[in-house]
Amino acid sequence: MKYIDEYRSQELVRSLTERLHAKISRPVRIMEVCGTHTIAIFRHGLRRMLPEQIELISGPGCPVCVTPSGVIDAFIDLAGRKDILITTFGDMIRVPGTTGSLAQARAAGADVHIVYSPMDALELARHNPHKLVVFLAVGFETTTPTIGATVLEAARRNMDNFCIFPAAKVIPPPLRALMEDPKLQVDGLLCPGHVSVILGSRAYGFLVEEFGLACAVAGFEPTDILLAITSLVNQVQSGHPTVDNCYGRAVAPEGNRKAREIVDQVFKPVDSDWRGLGPIPASGLGLREEYGAFDITRRLEIPIVNSGEPPGCRCGEILKGICQPPDCPLFGRACSPASPIGPCMVSTEGTCAAWHRYGTLD
Amino acid sequence: MNTQIVLDHGSGGLASQELIGSLFLRYLTNPHLHQLEDAAVLDGQAGRLAFSTDSYVVDPIFFPGGNIGELAVNGTINDLAMRGAKPLCLSLGLIIEEGLAMDTLEEIVRSIARACDYAGVPVVTGDTKVVPRGKADKIFINTSGIGVIRDGVEVSATQAVKDDVIILSGTLADHGITILTSREGLQVDGNLQSDTRPLHFLVQNILDQAAHAVHTMRDPTRGGLGTTLSEIAKTTGLCMEIEEKAIPVQGEVRAACELMGLDPLYLANEGKCVVFAAPEKAELILETMRATPEGRESAIIGRVTDVHPGRVVLTTISGGARLVEPLTGEPLPRIC
Repeated sequence: MKYIDEYRSQELVRSLTERLHAKISRPVRIMEVCGTHTIAIFRHGLRRMLPEQIELISGPGCPVCVTPSGVIDAFIDLAGRKDILITTFGDMIRVPGTTGSLAQARAAGADVHIVYSPMDALELARHNPHKLVVFLAVGFETTTPTIGATVLEAARRNMDNFCIFPAAKVIPPPLRALMEDPKLQVDGLLCPGHVSVILGSRAYGFLVEEFGLACAVAGFEPTDILLAITSLVNQVQSGHPTVDNCYGRAVAPEGNRKAREIVDQVFKPVDSDWRGLGPIPASGLGLREEYGAFDITRRLEIPIVNSGEPPGCRCGEILKGICQPPDCPLFGRACSPASPIGPCMVSTEGTCAAWHRYGTLD
Repeated sequence: MNTQIVLDHGSGGLASQELIGSLFLRYLTNPHLHQLEDAAVLDGQAGRLAFSTDSYVVDPIFFPGGNIGELAVNGTINDLAMRGAKPLCLSLGLIIEEGLAMDTLEEIVRSIARACDYAGVPVVTGDTKVVPRGKADKIFINTSGIGVIRDGVEVSATQAVKDDVIILSGTLADHGITILTSREGLQVDGNLQSDTRPLHFLVQNILDQAAHAVHTMRDPTRGGLGTTLSEIAKTTGLCMEIEEKAIPVQGEVRAACELMGLDPLYLANEGKCVVFAAPEKAELILETMRATPEGRESAIIGRVTDVHPGRVVLTTISGGARLVEPLTGEPLPRIC
């Protein structure tokens, strides 16, 4: 397949890994911040090909995983109410809160639909005029422009039976919070590809300036990831950290202005609670006043109670990169993809799910 | 006659008889079914009998490349074929939602008849029930089938042994991705089509050539190839080593999978089988499979070893290696 096969070439991958093996002269800790990177690294079997001195740790880059259990409980509570139709991306439906999951709520009679785009939720609202259709707005920079465009379209059509549950987050603030944590010693950051398409590579400049962190924006194919890791190793070993855009075919330094304008028009930064990381200032997106009618949390009284992590679950530390999935006492025992306890095991992009599915070959 | 199914059609009374006479017997013509007795009486058969049943609840009921009717016929034929059986006959049970358009039902029955004729496997007994609107989703179909296994054929998931060659009869994930994209109304370039088709001709051909060399056959339906191989690995305690680059996947299917963040290894197939065969006969079996229309794109995708007992190990296109675990839950598209 053009534009994909070239980036999976065995010869190129071999030559890149051989160069890495030859170059590396000290241990290098790299965090991949994006769940899709985590999956790509496992799916292509890259971990076993890398030099032992490279330690890859996964960060908080899965939107499902970082949504606090109290918010998930609120989703489920809302799903159980009369005349509400919940629309959500597929990842969210199996995540357990303290009282079950959306899938369980659906089995008990709640009207829960999986959609592929927030715009599909608008169509559902059009076809279900007697229901209040709520889209669970979970996601990062990649997803929020479409959600913003959907709100704008709902406003244009004067739809009064469509709302979102604002729970989207932005990536730079948690990166700052992570780098300020003395427990997390990271040399380099594999910056997220999809998020960077919107955000632009310049957005990571503060990590270089304030924390001396090596940064490389990476695509999702094996050669993309290996090129970015090579860049990070070079930056770390030379002592000259920078933001290297290794995904130039998709990411511009300034990102996608149009998409950001839509987000800025509809949303405003708000403080937000991150599973594992706690509250982080200006890390979430709330609807601006003029679009308040589309905010379900303003239309209905929805209590959000922080219920904490399930007993024994170490998802919080895993999301911070402080421990790896096998360090969790529940991993692979009480907690597995078939009966997940923590969110990192539920989401297809969760770190624990990736480790469980791909990561125990040795 | 009504243009829609009504509850009366399932009452067992006159409306039921009219439906059976004007629709089912019109298309499914054979002496066994026409007797309209409580059970079909079949002649005795030499060999061991295989018996299988499956229910079909697919949404949408019509999709590119097929519909629920032919899926129900081919699915049970394939389940029988995967034990090395020659399918003899089928039963057909329909649960229909009140309000289903009569034209829709007729189209499904017509395609059931076409699939049976093509396969040479008749429906010899059947049943129809109608449930109130909202108590079923348009139509559910159950098919059961009986087949006969000739002497010398011993095919089961437990029979795979070390050094067996793993052969796949064609491209992966065609059915699964077609259903997913049709269900969600996603527009994907290319010509995505279900691969629903019977596999018993292909199976009988390879058994004619090398019955003793064929150890295991499975059709990787729901859960896909990944789950099927994991089950065989678990059952036998052996390791299935497969090569990503050897596994045929159509370009448009790969593109749709990439777009939706889905792995073709876990998507359903309705006209493909995986054959485990002794290495000395593998080339002969591969040639035989390739000589049949349904196995034209057959490929050797791996081997059975004892390196990682009970596991499936995939060598990726890029030269890496990873485990293939069984599917958990439904394949869901990612959030971003």
